[in-house]
Amino acid sequence: MAKRIDVKDLNIYYSDFLAVADVSVDIEPNSVTAFIGPSGCGKSTFLRTLNRMHEVIPGARVEGKVAMDGVDLYGEGVDPVAVRRSIGMVFQRPNPFPTMSIAENVLAGVRLNNRRISKGDAQDLVESSLRGSNLWNEVKDRLTRPGSSLSGGQQQRLCIARAIAVRPQVLLMDEPCSALDPISTLAIEDLISELKDNYTIVIVTHNMQQAARVSDRTAFFNIAGSGLPGRLIEVDATSTMFSSPREKATEDYISGRFG
Amino acid sequence: MEGFAGRAFRWTATGAGALILAVLAAVAVFLIIRAWPAMSARSGELSEKINWFPEGQSLLQFIGPLVWGTLLAAAIALIISMPLSVGIALFISHYAPRRLANTLGYVIDLLAAIPSVVYGLWGGLWLIPKLQPAWAWLADNFGWFPPFAGPASDPPRVILSVSLVLAVMILPIITAVCREVFLQAPVLHEEAALALGATRWEMVRMAVLPFGRPGIISAAMLGLGRALGETMAVLMILSPGALYSLALLKVGQQQTIAANIALQFPEADPLGVSTLIATGLALFVITLVVNMAARAIVARRKDFSGAN
Repeated sequence: MAKRIDVKDLNIYYSDFLAVADVSVDIEPNSVTAFIGPSGCGKSTFLRTLNRMHEVIPGARVEGKVAMDGVDLYGEGVDPVAVRRSIGMVFQRPNPFPTMSIAENVLAGVRLNNRRISKGDAQDLVESSLRGSNLWNEVKDRLTRPGSSLSGGQQQRLCIARAIAVRPQVLLMDEPCSALDPISTLAIEDLISELKDNYTIVIVTHNMQQAARVSDRTAFFNIAGSGLPGRLIEVDATSTMFSSPREKATEDYISGRFG
Repeated sequence: MEGFAGRAFRWTATGAGALILAVLAAVAVFLIIRAWPAMSARSGELSEKINWFPEGQSLLQFIGPLVWGTLLAAAIALIISMPLSVGIALFISHYAPRRLANTLGYVIDLLAAIPSVVYGLWGGLWLIPKLQPAWAWLADNFGWFPPFAGPASDPPRVILSVSLVLAVMILPIITAVCREVFLQAPVLHEEAALALGATRWEMVRMAVLPFGRPGIISAAMLGLGRALGETMAVLMILSPGALYSLALLKVGQQQTIAANIALQFPEADPLGVSTLIATGLALFVITLVVNMAARAIVARRKDFSGAN
């Protein structure tokens, strides 16, 4: 199910402003790739181009190539809606739909694809998705309660359940733990390690320990100054990046000398 | 510990809240006191002393058809204007390019500020003649449906024409409120829907409309309030009657409370005024009940509003 993503010479714009320049990176299937870097370096912007969420912002556009298993996601006739159905996303702040119950939240994406899902199938899917996000035991007795009644960490796992319920090939996570306490963060990190058996995972994080703990490969983004575009400095196996990076900037950032 | 500013604010806020309740109570007391002569009149006295009061009817029998006409006109106006308003508001908030949206929003705000008598004039002088063919067509093709039973009156000074003008009149205010509500829909949830592979319309259905539901209901109540109390537009268009009638295309069927008060007031003697005030009391009760019902609807799904 998991697929690979190959990015080649990608430039990302907000109207005329070049926000991220010249990114080429290969994201391996069934692995966790972490994007690290200082604030404003464009790692979240880059993440959002991988499922075409970037272009939701008026004036935002890209040049270059993003291919999933060889298929260009920005090719002619490719529907961004279809791209987003196969590449799921988890946001920085937990965002379950407040007007839906826990179960309805899990089914939200499925109902878009397949409106006539039978009641039994729906129940099974709710359970398997919530088990998949390690939330089932905490919420199984209150599936009809609003999603907003859960704690922040539980809400984030609900969002993960919602994302995996549509069985995407890739899961993008934009600082999924930055609004959570350490215990909830640990729960999500454990979950990420389990999810990579079935999905390709890309995670943006400000927390370098987190990148070191959960990821197989790490990409370091940096920005030379305000007004200048962010760039991908280097990408390598996480162990290499944290022990002997090739670039001086990477070493400075990882050892805490700036950022 | 509360500073002077804190105390001052608390008392001002409490005072303002109490003042609203006091005004409401004062209105209710005024209506009841002034309506009392009519309400306590012995049977037959009203039709004896008031020349326009229907022969042999009690006060309640008199008010009943007026309440019916008022509710009918306002309800149809709301049915016509709600889908349109929500549609226009959604177009402005989520579909139109920014410049067009700004212009449209400005026009809507302007329309909302036009006095109702102008709508009445426009409806009575310009719109009415043009409606006759449409209503005749309705009667010919949908006459089997009782409200549209023909023949359609000419000139069409009928309740459906009134409701149409009322709908145009309340459309801007409902649209303006809905637009504000839709603009407040959290980007967080809109992006959640889009990231799940929702189209724009599915995103609106998933994240915007459910979030805006209490606001839509409030907007509807605001519009309904204006439609229920509208006087001039009704007075200038409708050829009134006093029946519990569903016929929308015939003259001399219904009348609304507000228009009736304006029509009879100038020539009413003291008991006549008291009778009219009794109908005003009925209108007051209707608005209270309608608003309380709307509150109840909004409160029913409070846990799911996202406010917690």
